Amino acid sequence: MKWKTDDGGWSPYLAGALAGLLAIASAWATTAVLGKTSYLGTSTTFVRAAGFVEKQVAPEHAAANAYFTKEKIKVDWQFMVVLGILLGAAVSAFTGKSFKAEGVPPLWAQRFGPSVAKRAVWAFAGGAVAMFGARLADGCPSGHGLSGLMQLSVSGFVALAMFFGAGVLCAHFIYRGGRHE
Amino acid sequence: MNELLLGLATGFVFGFLLQKGRVLRFEKQVGAMLLRDMTILKFMLSAIIVGMVGIYLLRDLGVIALSHKSMNLGAVVVGGLLFGAGWSVMGYCPGTAVGALGEGRWHALFVIAGMLAGAALYAEFYPQLSATVLQWKEFGKLGLPEALGVSPWLVIAIFIPVVLALFAWFEKMKL
Repeated sequence: MKWKTDDGGWSPYLAGALAGLLAIASAWATTAVLGKTSYLGTSTTFVRAAGFVEKQVAPEHAAANAYFTKEKIKVDWQFMVVLGILLGAAVSAFTGKSFKAEGVPPLWAQRFGPSVAKRAVWAFAGGAVAMFGARLADGCPSGHGLSGLMQLSVSGFVALAMFFGAGVLCAHFIYRGGRHE
Repeated sequence: MNELLLGLATGFVFGFLLQKGRVLRFEKQVGAMLLRDMTILKFMLSAIIVGMVGIYLLRDLGVIALSHKSMNLGAVVVGGLLFGAGWSVMGYCPGTAVGALGEGRWHALFVIAGMLAGAALYAEFYPQLSATVLQWKEFGKLGLPEALGVSPWLVIAIFIPVVLALFAWFEKMKL
């Protein structure tokens, strides 16, 4: 098995196994520092970030919202994890010389053309639907998928099956006829 | 303050590994859904089989506690399906969209903006959803070993070989 991929990345098995070690270390470290075991996740942070924006635009409306009250609009451990992902990815991309400014994903361009505006509209709509779903399900592939399966949570298994089931079905529909191989 | 620094450091390493594993690419995410390129599943499942051993070991030693998410039928099934549908269009999950921005793929900004809108929309409809979908059936914070009435180590002992066999198949099929 190769430890490096052709484009200079690491084998996903190696990078994934290291992420598994990180998850273990993180469970231990959060227990020690926060006094409560926290597992890796990201989607609650989007609620909090949306709450911050709403607080600026419509403070009374945001204050009256039951969901923001439940999840609390604040910068917490997970919020910083999400910022850390941005930084870690940037440092890895720069040092590994794989940083690339890209306005439309190549696979999307191949199927739907190079228009940034068209991609922007669909990306926004897809993001909105997905996050609505992630909040309803109370987690995304990191919270339900990684952290849920590591803990053998029933909800993690069911959520991951739903994510992939719907994803596979929709992706085949979207990219039908777009295969150029 | 320690809480925030710990979060930043944890996220930094996670983002670094996601980028090195090439999990942050739109092509890898959609490639998995098109069943052509299993990079993200290799990454996820490797993390899961390593993680579950350590997590349950630390749990058994009394060092950490498990924190299952609730198995609410309507929430997980409807929410999961909505997520999957949106995922296939946006080509990222929440964490990887942020990471993709870090490696220069600025089209991820549209995805991030959409996700913020989706989160705000969910917050708006939360009262209605609490009274409907979230009321369907609540199984609680349930672990698979408890649901099956067996030791977690038995589940792990079965889960790991199954994943390894899947990996062997991915390699054989060059996925």
